[in-house]
Amino acid sequence: MTHVKTINGATLKNSAAHGGCGECQTSCQSACKTSCTVANQKCENRK
Amino acid sequence: MVHTFHCLGEYIAVDVDSGAVHVLDKTAYDVLGQVQTRMPEGPCPDWLAQRLPEYSRQEMEGAWSDLQELQKAGLLFTDDSYLDPQAAVLMQQDAPIKALCLHVSHDCNLRCQYCFASTGDFGTGHRMTMDVETAKKAIDFVIQRSGNRRNIEVDFFGGEPLMAMDTVKATVEYARSLEKEHNKSFRFTITTNGVLLNDENIAYINREMSNAVLSLDGRPEVNDRMRKTVSGGGSYDVILPKFQKLVEGRGDKDYYLRGTFTRHNKDFAADVMHIADQGFRNVSVEPVVGSPDCDYTFRDEDLPDIQAEYEKLAEELLQRDDVNFFHFNVDLSQGPCVIKRLRGCGAGCEYVAITPEGEIYPCHQFVGNEDYRLGSVWDGSFNLELARKFASLNIYTRPVCHDCWARFYCSGGCSASNLLVNGDIKEPNQFGCELQRKRLECAIAMVARRAEKENNG
Repeated sequence: MTHVKTINGATLKNSAAHGGCGECQTSCQSACKTSCTVANQKCENRK
Repeated sequence: MVHTFHCLGEYIAVDVDSGAVHVLDKTAYDVLGQVQTRMPEGPCPDWLAQRLPEYSRQEMEGAWSDLQELQKAGLLFTDDSYLDPQAAVLMQQDAPIKALCLHVSHDCNLRCQYCFASTGDFGTGHRMTMDVETAKKAIDFVIQRSGNRRNIEVDFFGGEPLMAMDTVKATVEYARSLEKEHNKSFRFTITTNGVLLNDENIAYINREMSNAVLSLDGRPEVNDRMRKTVSGGGSYDVILPKFQKLVEGRGDKDYYLRGTFTRHNKDFAADVMHIADQGFRNVSVEPVVGSPDCDYTFRDEDLPDIQAEYEKLAEELLQRDDVNFFHFNVDLSQGPCVIKRLRGCGAGCEYVAITPEGEIYPCHQFVGNEDYRLGSVWDGSFNLELARKFASLNIYTRPVCHDCWARFYCSGGCSASNLLVNGDIKEPNQFGCELQRKRLECAIAMVARRAEKENNG
């Protein structure tokens, strides 16, 4: 492909199959306390 | 849904439901901008070619063909049929509580002008610290309510938690003593203004706390305008060397220098850089949350300035690799699973705040609002109906979110901020949403730029 470069695949959809364990950090506890972002958290199972 | 945007010189497409991200050339970007739904099979339609007369037919066909290929591969115009929103609500209902914001002190030794906690007492008029018995009850409460969850977080918060260091130490010791018996792993964090840091408690924090959030707003004049001592002086000179000492001894443990920017410093990129230049790698500088009638809170007309400043900050951060800015730190491929992204912070159901009296609230920002009191660790009360109301909040049940491209990155935003601005925990604060979207565009564009730099050697 000359017009497009994919820098990330369908990772979100793929994560539905194995996600939801709930062991990950609570997003508001990390550094914000006022402006929640979830996509910058780590998955506990991918260390 | 597909979101296209131009940021930091990059043309980018986000396929929202699959999580795929593509960097496009200008032709593909313009073609995709004309297409709202799945593309039909076959050559580029005539109507589309007529709308973009600046491109040759051959160039258009090339871009169209590449985009069709993405669509066939499940990387463009996908949908969210793989998710069950109702199941997500049920999963949250009566979910284990796994995180505490433990208000060990409703007292503070600074008088920050924008403090949501009314400079420490949360508007109660009386200042107090949590006693050890209440802290132990809070630990018992979270162990009892955490079900099968192994990892439990406790953030020592306030007011200023270093004013209750004896309680902090006793809480850590008590929780650790129960870990094995209950198969739990406690992770402690602390959010401090730094005034009371000394060699002894710096060593303690660096040993026991998995994360330390250190409050500093940036340049001396910016910090001292809002973060004042009790006598009205500036706090910068007192605090900076203590934070530097703490971070020097921190090793590879997490920390964040965490600042707040207000209407008075819309040029906050300079504050991020100032903090970085003092030797701090991990920086989080965030927009103030406050009542709309305060002089330091943002007005709608400030939005373009702040958005431009975020892009300026992103450009500056790309020029150096020694700064990790919290809100631009988006791991596209290894981040949290989509289930987590449906529901956000978990306030009121997975995460609660506990006051020095042992009262339970959905999070630190609800403390003192009686309408949102969940219960008490002393009598074991817990308002399940209210907790279920919070559990029902996700990107499908919050109005607006299901039409927003950023929904899987922000996960519905902050209920407390929604209440403050709109009077409703469900109703997103649109100003905050605009900033969130801009931050995410910058973050994704930074990934694209870095990937490009890597490819070009």
